[in-house]
Amino acid sequence: MIKAILIFNNHGKPRLSKFYERYSEDTQQQIIRETFHLVSKRDENVCNFLEGGMLIGGADNKLIYRHYATLYFVFCVDSSESELGILDLIQVFVETLDKCFENVCELDLIFHVDKVHNILAEMVMGGMVLETNMNEIVTQIDAQNKMEKSEAPTGSKQYHPTRGQCLQLPAPPPRLRKKPRSLTLWCQPLIASSKCTYRH
Amino acid sequence: MPAPVRLRELIRTIRAARTQAEEREVIQKECALIRSSFREEDNTYRCRNVAKLIYMHMLGYPAHFGQLECLKLIASQRFTDKRIGYLGAMLLLDERQDVHLLMTNCLKNDLSHSTQFVQGLSLCTLGCMGSSDMCRDLAGEVEKLLKNSNSYIRKKAALAAVHVIRKVPELLEMFLPATKNLLNDKNHGVLHAAVVLVIEMCKHSPDTHAYFRKVVPQLVKSLKNLIMSGYSPEHDVSGISDPFLQVQILRLLRILGKSDDEASEQMNDILAQVATNTETSKNVGNAILYETVLTVMDIKSESGLRVLAVNILGRFLLNNDKNIRYVALTSLLKMVQTDHNAVQRHRSTIVDCLTDLDVSIKRRAMDLCFALVNGSNVQGMMKELLYFLDHCDPEFKADCASGIFLAAEKYAPNKRWHIDTIMRVLTTAGGYVRDDSVPLLIQLISNANSLHAYIVQKLYQAIRVDISQQPLVQVAVWCIGEYGDLLLSAEFEEESQVQVTEDEVLDVLEKILQSSLSALTTREYALTAIMKLSTRLQSSTNRIRKAVSIYGSSLDVELQQRAVEYSALFMRFDHMRPALLERMPLIQKGAANGPVQTVVNGEEKEEGGSLPAQEQLSQQAQVSNLLDLLDVSNPAPSVPQESKVPHAGGELLDLLDGLNLPDPQSSGLSGAQPHLVLDGIAAPNSHSTVNLKQDIPSIIAYDQNGLKIEFSFERSKANTNMLFITLRASNSTEVDMSNFILQAAVPKSFQLQLMSPSGSNIPARNSGAVTQLMRVLNTQKHPLRMRLKLMYNHREAPIEVMADINEFPLQAWE
Repeated sequence: MIKAILIFNNHGKPRLSKFYERYSEDTQQQIIRETFHLVSKRDENVCNFLEGGMLIGGADNKLIYRHYATLYFVFCVDSSESELGILDLIQVFVETLDKCFENVCELDLIFHVDKVHNILAEMVMGGMVLETNMNEIVTQIDAQNKMEKSEAPTGSKQYHPTRGQCLQLPAPPPRLRKKPRSLTLWCQPLIASSKCTYRH
Repeated sequence: MPAPVRLRELIRTIRAARTQAEEREVIQKECALIRSSFREEDNTYRCRNVAKLIYMHMLGYPAHFGQLECLKLIASQRFTDKRIGYLGAMLLLDERQDVHLLMTNCLKNDLSHSTQFVQGLSLCTLGCMGSSDMCRDLAGEVEKLLKNSNSYIRKKAALAAVHVIRKVPELLEMFLPATKNLLNDKNHGVLHAAVVLVIEMCKHSPDTHAYFRKVVPQLVKSLKNLIMSGYSPEHDVSGISDPFLQVQILRLLRILGKSDDEASEQMNDILAQVATNTETSKNVGNAILYETVLTVMDIKSESGLRVLAVNILGRFLLNNDKNIRYVALTSLLKMVQTDHNAVQRHRSTIVDCLTDLDVSIKRRAMDLCFALVNGSNVQGMMKELLYFLDHCDPEFKADCASGIFLAAEKYAPNKRWHIDTIMRVLTTAGGYVRDDSVPLLIQLISNANSLHAYIVQKLYQAIRVDISQQPLVQVAVWCIGEYGDLLLSAEFEEESQVQVTEDEVLDVLEKILQSSLSALTTREYALTAIMKLSTRLQSSTNRIRKAVSIYGSSLDVELQQRAVEYSALFMRFDHMRPALLERMPLIQKGAANGPVQTVVNGEEKEEGGSLPAQEQLSQQAQVSNLLDLLDVSNPAPSVPQESKVPHAGGELLDLLDGLNLPDPQSSGLSGAQPHLVLDGIAAPNSHSTVNLKQDIPSIIAYDQNGLKIEFSFERSKANTNMLFITLRASNSTEVDMSNFILQAAVPKSFQLQLMSPSGSNIPARNSGAVTQLMRVLNTQKHPLRMRLKLMYNHREAPIEVMADINEFPLQAWE
């Protein structure tokens, strides 16, 4: 079972936090902080599995994380989940986000937290993996968004992405924070198309 | 009131805040606006406000005032509202709030809503945070939805059912029939969810295993289709079709085949096929292989398959990818108990992993190495592990050290190697060993008779260099104290030994005593060791005596007590010193009980009765924390009490009070004692002394103001110098006397010991009495004289009187 899904940036600011087990609010924030401390200390070329901190259930639980550009995606799971499988799941999640937002970057996650929640709800439910087929997920999300749009537009939210600053260049030089880096930077050589398929 | 800002604007404002205080200000302002908007019951903008609230909650700010609003949103008809409402409910509500129960009705209605997405939302919410009550109410609905024609609904219902079963396991049977049908489903999502549901059922109830075992052939077929089917772009992940489903099916097969031969047989072929056909170049393939290996290991597979599995793991170990190596090490650890030999084959690779840079891999490798140590490879492995201990991070050192100790204890080929290993551990990671390993080591060392000289030499040299590692210093100091003579007269077996003089040894010990690096326990060890050396070394008695007496005024109670007692040993009991400080008898393993046993031993010895003066002293010594003063003539095994060393004397005395000693009146502790420190430690139980009565007339020591004190005498048969005086205080007035305390003083040539009185209240009119026992030791046969000081409360007034008693019967002291 997945106990928690956390997304935070390189400075520890939470971008999404979803807990599938009951924790008080203080504990939740503490878990986020502790996880950030553990994960940020890791080198780039070590394995992606960490024994969890004391707060999240201790010995049984592991942290499985992936680092994309400026964001850490951390899944806290117990021993019933396959570690390598969860790694794949993270990858599928990011790719789905990419499909929904088109070259997703951190800003997208910041300004559309609720939409990310909805996408996540289509993939993981109650700590269990629900659907892993990207196309299926995207179809459902699109249908639901259409439903929302078709309702009376009082206070309705706009869902088109706000920015046009997402660069499509590979290997951007190190620069200021203004320009967000694409999450799909990891597949640098293949980034010619905007859709990036799962390749290692 | 103007329209509330959009969520985007709020986010922008928060991001623009440059300090934490600014951000807090922004959020507080916004919260106030939201609160007033909620109060106004504004329907149009409610969802916007709740969205903002959810965002603020994620940042860590309190958002509980939005909970009711979420419920209102859920009850609304608009999809937008419901979406945000359910999201808010999942994030902000939980079982502990009563508010969530209000949701049940909404959920029920939405479960039968016409729109599939609304149904999906409510299933999702139920599956995430439904309480057991909610689950009970809605289980029927969920079960109905399992048979829904829409696959979207079916798969969500399956996972909601998982949550329901987790919360209320009794409802499991309800879902059984529908689940079986789901396993035939064509839709991968539904099939995946159904497999997960079955796994959950099997976890909760072993009976369902039998029910689902019939499904095994079907599962095998599905798996086969997945592998054999051509490229299917929908489910493709890096060239493998739907690896997630494959992994789940493998996991279910593992559970079903666990102790069942028939099911395992049906699986053998497909497992072999998966194992050989899966491409291993990508992470996906490895994930499937890993799951296959775990399944093969758990079910009753044929041996060929097991060998295949272990080989796969061996290949994983050599993989460059750290994740794969980590996973391989984990599964090898699980397997090492059952397939020990197979894992042994990969021992060298595992040992190489110890040097990996990755912390997680190092830890796994270390655990696995300890599991692999056996009699034949212990020396080689130990070398590697010691090297690892030297170079690893501090977080590993404690575990590694204890692991080495355990392994060395189990598989040591000979004592010398064992001691060597232990000393190596102490010198490299001495600060990280567990506290209780010190007594174990001491016990081990004292058992290795032939090696005492060698050990003490090595330890001495180790602490000459470095005294910061406390366990090492403690063991070394103990050894020097015990075997100091061997240290000085060592035969030159190896070149590394040096000639040691007495002064050098004492220098080292004194340095330890004075150093600020030494913990209190270490200092106590050192003081005792110095004392023991007074009998082992020939020419340093004066120096030792001086060193010990300095600590008589130490601020620390334990050190002070020891120092004073040792000084007393020099002064008054010098004739006993050699006997008391002899080599300790063999410590028995597992006899590390607390003082309770000690006192019991003392009692038994009292009945037996050996040399009385020594016996009395030895009882006191036993009862004290200073085990080293144990009299060798005691036949009973001594109890290692180094681990109890830090206790102050007072704690021990409290223990004595709690013990159920046969004669409560005479046991326990004395009251205010002006005399010898030794008197402060009670020797339990003079019950036997009652039997040693001799005919000595009793006297009335004091009789004034209604208070009468009688002395009755008994001479101890065992020791003619010992006199037992029982005093009896009675009160002939009309009013009770309370808080009665008696103090007694005798001339310097005597020794007096007062036991605690039977009470402190003397009832009026001679209706009762307070008795108290005194012991007087009269070695020089002087006439006995005594001065009494009596303090009590009578008629609300405190009274204090002194009385001298000079007329003791001759038989009492002759």
